[in-house]
Amino acid sequence: MDQLPAVAIPRLRLRRGRGGPAIRSGSLARREARYGLLFISPWIIGFLAFTLFPMVATLIFTFLNVTLAQEQPLRFVGLDNYTRMFADQHVWDSLVVTLKFAVLWLPISIVVPFLIAVGLNNKHIRGAGIMRTLFFLPYVVPFVAGVLVWEQMLGDTGWINGFLKLVGVANPPSWLFDTGAIYPALAMMGIWGIGAGIIINLAGLRGIPTELYEAARIDGAGAWASLRNVTIPLMSPIIFYTLILGVVDVLQYFLVPLVLKNGTGEPAGATLFYNLNLYRTFFTYQEMSYGATLAWFLFVLTLGFTFVLFVLARRRVFYAGER
Amino acid sequence: MSAAASYAQGDGGARRAARRRRSAAELTRIAILTLSFAAILIAFLSPLVYSALLSLKTPTQITQTNSPILPSDPATFEYLGKSYPVYYVPLPDGTTQALAIVKKGRTQSDFIDPAHPTAAPITWIGSWRNLDQPWQLAPAWDNYGKVWSLIDFPKALFNTVALALIGTIGTVLSCTLVAYGFARFRFRGRGFLFGVLLATIFLPGAVTLIPTYTIFVKIGWVGSWLPLLVPAFFANAYDVFLLRQYLLTIPRDLDEAAMIDGAGPIRVLRSVILPQAWPVIVAVSIFTFVYAWNDFFGPLIYLTGHPDIQPLQVVLANFHGIYYKNPAFIQVGNILTLGIPVVLFMVFQKVFIRGIVITGVEK
Repeated sequence: MDQLPAVAIPRLRLRRGRGGPAIRSGSLARREARYGLLFISPWIIGFLAFTLFPMVATLIFTFLNVTLAQEQPLRFVGLDNYTRMFADQHVWDSLVVTLKFAVLWLPISIVVPFLIAVGLNNKHIRGAGIMRTLFFLPYVVPFVAGVLVWEQMLGDTGWINGFLKLVGVANPPSWLFDTGAIYPALAMMGIWGIGAGIIINLAGLRGIPTELYEAARIDGAGAWASLRNVTIPLMSPIIFYTLILGVVDVLQYFLVPLVLKNGTGEPAGATLFYNLNLYRTFFTYQEMSYGATLAWFLFVLTLGFTFVLFVLARRRVFYAGER
Repeated sequence: MSAAASYAQGDGGARRAARRRRSAAELTRIAILTLSFAAILIAFLSPLVYSALLSLKTPTQITQTNSPILPSDPATFEYLGKSYPVYYVPLPDGTTQALAIVKKGRTQSDFIDPAHPTAAPITWIGSWRNLDQPWQLAPAWDNYGKVWSLIDFPKALFNTVALALIGTIGTVLSCTLVAYGFARFRFRGRGFLFGVLLATIFLPGAVTLIPTYTIFVKIGWVGSWLPLLVPAFFANAYDVFLLRQYLLTIPRDLDEAAMIDGAGPIRVLRSVILPQAWPVIVAVSIFTFVYAWNDFFGPLIYLTGHPDIQPLQVVLANFHGIYYKNPAFIQVGNILTLGIPVVLFMVFQKVFIRGIVITGVEK
């Protein structure tokens, strides 16, 4: 891809053929560069206006006292926002809430689509195509509608508890009102959106050469051994990719509880996620500087977690063609 | 080739027997795997069925005990302009018949047989309160009419479609241009800029949100579609990345031939690149459209308090805030909101799935 610009060569030859003066490739390269920058300029402008400038502004906000109404005169407050944040019990509670949910949700969000994809990719399954389509279907259900469908599904008269009573559970949990049951309930809602994950996993599984399974079978590997020694290592880049995006997403999780509980954090603060607290700070209370401080801290946390994952993965993720 | 088959070399009968054995084992495997996945799938899609059924129930149907899954009322029998409840009555001859009660009494009641209403009433000794009632199907179709009059559905739908369409056009246009720039032109700092672009994928939205929101408030854009649409025209990292990866797989020969013929970069893009990049452009368009259709947070913070320009999901969330005590109404709103994307998906599912495989990235 990084060869000499092939466009330059035929042109030079053409011009020369016509007997005109040879054009220096330097000016052509300059022309090419100008076009390249012209084509990417929408992104450059957008990046400056909607990413870089707001990022820097967020950082500056954290040292000021910006509110939306700005009743007090704007001034430099030093590290006040940071000391307030580290002393704020809400922040730590909401971080604990987020981490609790992440510990439950991340394994589910990786293992469930992987296992379903492995099943759909098995040669013994019939109707895999239509099943794949139907597993993907809830992914296109608009998010608010999905949450409100599940609100009833998990209610007292809903089918989840109806099924549990049917199989003999005497007192099924009050999913959405019990601090012990709310995270599994949120995870169930999350599972409804795994369709895209299944398809990405399927695409990865199709890319594994069948000779490897043949070789494993000749070596006497059963289904479990070939899953462990062939499928999982070869799928590790895809698993790692879903893990990284999953971590970035779960740290920002808050829209489901926002719709479900109207942003109140019920039951008993169990759904007051970090980002929900952040949202309330800047949107409900309109404290821009304090919100910016929370946002910056979230950014640092995200960077920290992804960095740790990259370091841990260095030994464990297998890339084909790597020595 | 299974091990059993290769052992049986040279002996036709044994080989056939082995194959039969193998195929029986294989059939069991097929049956177990397929049936268990079908069961998982039924459970997975049951919320949609539940929502559709709930949307057709009256409040009494939802709360009545032991009611069937389908929206049903206790059966009644209409006779001479009056309506009589129907009960299962155990008769002296040992049979149980569905009879309509005409005269209720504490210790004995009179029933008529709906099949022969003119015959003399049958008197049954016992308390009618202990009898079971049969159910008859009674979907409350008028729930849809009621909700339709409470939500300005056509307007909300128009807003949703307009926002999604304009946003998609802006995204696809700008991202194609930017991807073309990154894929086909060499300039200093290209690798660095592309790295910056990729890094923005991992940036939490909250880091840029607060100053952006503050500025949109100050310049009076909040309460209009501008904060949702204008950024779409300035490209985004996901889609640029996907498009660029695809453009890199297109051989340069045709570009060069066109350039020799004197085509400028725009001509090359239009008549050489675009026709070849069509599958990925379709995929990116579909995903951007679905993403914009399902966007909730942007419209929520920028359009709160402006019901006239809100898309379906924000309208639905507000509707839920008011009518949360009437689950059937909420489910009607859900069915109306999810109906269009679900139907579109079922119609275009091939294009959709191919799109995800091409892009290989979930939004």
